[in-house]
Amino acid sequence: MKLKITPIIIILFFLIIFIIFFKGLKNSNIYTPDLNLEKKIPILVYKSFENNTEIVSEKIFNKKRFYLMNIWASWCIPCREEHVFLMKLKKDQKVELIGLNYKDNITNAKKFLKELGNPYKKVFTDVDGISSISWGAYGVPESFLIYENKIIKRYIGPIKYENFIEIEKIIK
Amino acid sequence: MRFTTIYLLIGFLLNINFSYANEIQTENKIAKNLRCLICQGQSVHDSDSEFAISLKLVIRNKIEEGMSEKQIYSFLKKKYGEWILYDPVLNRNTYFLWLLPLLIFLAGGAIIIKKFYIRK
Amino acid sequence: MASLIGSYSLSFGLFFSFFITFFSIKNLKNSEVLDKKIISFTLLQFIFVTISFLGLIISFVNSDFSNETVFNHSHTTKPLFYKISGTWGNHEGSLLLWLLVLTFFVFIFLLKSSEQPKKYRIFTSLFQQIIIVGFFVFLIKTSSPFNFIFPVPEEGLGLNPILQDPALAIHPPILYLGYVGSSIIFSSALAAMVSNYVSKEWAKHIKKWVLISWIFLSLGILLGSVWAYYELGWGGFWFWDPVENVSLMPWLALTTLLHCILVLEKKGILASWAMILSIATFALSMSGTFLVRSGILNSVHTFANDPERGLFILIFLFSLIFLSIFIFFFFQTNKKKIENNFFWLSKETSILINNWFMMYFLSVVLVGTIYPIFLEVLTTNKISVGPPFYNKLMIPFLVPFLFAMAIGPKLKWIKSELEDKVYMFLFLIISFLLSALIVKKFDVSFLINTILITSAFFLFFITLRDFFLKTFKNLSQNIAHFGFSLLILSILFNNIFSTEVITNLKIGETFKSEKFTIKFINIDQENRKNFKAIIGKFNVKYLDGSVDFLNPELRIYNQPNIITSEADIKTNLFTDKFITMNYVQNQEYFNVRYQEKPLMIWIWISVILISLSGLLSVLKKKI
Repeated sequence: MKLKITPIIIILFFLIIFIIFFKGLKNSNIYTPDLNLEKKIPILVYKSFENNTEIVSEKIFNKKRFYLMNIWASWCIPCREEHVFLMKLKKDQKVELIGLNYKDNITNAKKFLKELGNPYKKVFTDVDGISSISWGAYGVPESFLIYENKIIKRYIGPIKYENFIEIEKIIK
Repeated sequence: MRFTTIYLLIGFLLNINFSYANEIQTENKIAKNLRCLICQGQSVHDSDSEFAISLKLVIRNKIEEGMSEKQIYSFLKKKYGEWILYDPVLNRNTYFLWLLPLLIFLAGGAIIIKKFYIRK
Repeated sequence: MASLIGSYSLSFGLFFSFFITFFSIKNLKNSEVLDKKIISFTLLQFIFVTISFLGLIISFVNSDFSNETVFNHSHTTKPLFYKISGTWGNHEGSLLLWLLVLTFFVFIFLLKSSEQPKKYRIFTSLFQQIIIVGFFVFLIKTSSPFNFIFPVPEEGLGLNPILQDPALAIHPPILYLGYVGSSIIFSSALAAMVSNYVSKEWAKHIKKWVLISWIFLSLGILLGSVWAYYELGWGGFWFWDPVENVSLMPWLALTTLLHCILVLEKKGILASWAMILSIATFALSMSGTFLVRSGILNSVHTFANDPERGLFILIFLFSLIFLSIFIFFFFQTNKKKIENNFFWLSKETSILINNWFMMYFLSVVLVGTIYPIFLEVLTTNKISVGPPFYNKLMIPFLVPFLFAMAIGPKLKWIKSELEDKVYMFLFLIISFLLSALIVKKFDVSFLINTILITSAFFLFFITLRDFFLKTFKNLSQNIAHFGFSLLILSILFNNIFSTEVITNLKIGETFKSEKFTIKFINIDQENRKNFKAIIGKFNVKYLDGSVDFLNPELRIYNQPNIITSEADIKTNLFTDKFITMNYVQNQEYFNVRYQEKPLMIWIWISVILISLSGLLSVLKKKI
């Protein structure tokens, strides 16, 4: 009797492993942000892009408005792709675009905005990348849709057409 | 009197040096225990990516602010999830991870003794 | 043209599997001797796969971009050496290489096993054919190295620059020899069960294969580790990265088998356990392929992956596992009960202890590697398991393991007395004093370090003494254990006494520390064959006045356009000096990483020593 149970248990054991590996194949192994992470926007002091004056985050984000916080840099190539959609979003009165210039050379960054247009209401600098980390970001470009001081949506990588449509839908 | 001042001064300097070295050690230790999220299987300490460089700065700042190692881990865990920690904490999710090898060890020992050493 | 021939040749190769299978089954019933046709067909199959492989190499050498594999992984400006090594530096080519070794090994097996029973030989060849057919189908169906592209592209996409390296060029073939060697062990274990040949003779016969696979696997892992050390640019040699773990797991299983086989050979016991280990070794090698090739793991080494291929290997792997479970239980014979009462102090005990600990280490690596996959599937939580996990679970167990390694070989079979107790005690005290001295002197006051170093020194001295007194029973065993103590000692000292400086330097700036100053003199530019090199000129001055000139490089490769950082390493017997520089976005300065790593070269030497001991053992058996 004992002899018959052991093989069955072993076969079941390997079957379970097989199923788990099989399911695991479908999962992506690239970092995707956890949905259970902190959603409140971080409280920080930002440096203004134009004149380096310091501004606290409470003064930037109003509770009753949509904001799109966009981390960008002039050296980042995908940032150029998403710029078209940022310019389109600028026309929408319901959302206010805030730029966070990531580890950039100020002259290059200014040239970038001059050439492609400035979609942002306010732009801040993040010279050492520390502010971006407070946001839980890990690179450029990355965008956060904010309402009532909470991150309601987050986009890693450039904003694409689908994302643009989605943002338009949410803010309506 | 003068000697005591000098003595104190030297002591003070040494102390600063010492705590400075200690801070670097803690910083390195923490960075080694963090996964560089945009790299492929590299620790923050080992990576030279923009993300890792900034994260090292954040760690240094937090140490200077007086945060403990554990507080820094939990700060980063809040921001990036458990995936950033190379040293998985013992909780509901990881009981098996930590205990399974030890259970296998004990079971293995028990089987060996039972099979070969207990005279029937 | 070459790839056309290669493609046809590959399909022909598959045909022979059917002939071999047909004649094997026929031969099984009919005659008493092995049909010569089986060996000839196996040889022919090997020749056809060789032609196919040569066809791919020629396509790579000629930069024939009508071949998709060549197009994806080569470039006309690449040096010839890397064009050739590019053949197996990619998924398709590496599988073809795997297949080549598979067919080669089964041919050698048939040649070298003429003294073994016919039934056993045929079954081994049959099981091996199952694996071979699996790989043929996998290659032709999902990852053919001979796909055509039309129109023919002008230029290829190039090989990932960090793979353009001499150590990595030979790393896959060596590692595969080890992996595939384990397939012979697997087939032969199944065949031995089916033909009821699990015995002392079988153990004696298969031991050579175990040793050969073990040597290649050790060397393969070593090469990968050396490569990671100087190429990945942060001075580590082992990262407990999943891909490294999957090569370590078969190694652990093989090492266990190597010890277990000794008992089977001498005493005729532990037969089922040897079977399980033989199956496990190959299953672990295969799951290594699965985990690496499917991209299911996040690793520094995953260069090519594709879930569909992963699915194929997964199904194939589990079919083999279920087949072996079936054979294991179905053919399990209830032999007469062998007297299992072991005496505590005996060679058997010491080998059981070895097996016990090795299985523990294996389970740590296995659980640590695949646990994150399980957790994510079951709970969608993502966790990382890194070096701290492995260190915490392994290091405490290393201490008794090292002691057992020192004492175990001194014991005799069945029942033994521990001789030389006085010496051992003396050595223990010397080891302890020495390690306490070393650890205290450098003010790294960790209790665990002292204990660890003590145990490693103990093994070191005991084995060293045996070399001089020639009291050992087995030279290769003594070399292997000595090599292992050397390995552990070098790793420990390397970990404890490494110094590292990471700093940002502009040209002309100097970094000062208590022990040395690093001066960034200037940079040079040079155009090489397929990359532009930016060479940093550094000098490092030490307290004693000596100076090292170090020239790390940044390489800007043309195709694909990737910047890599090339370390400059000054090696001597005592310490390695390791420097890398990195480009920082939008800054004038470079990120400079300087490391002093003591006894680095001894880590490599000790692994070579361990592998050599295996070679010695193979040669000795032949004489």
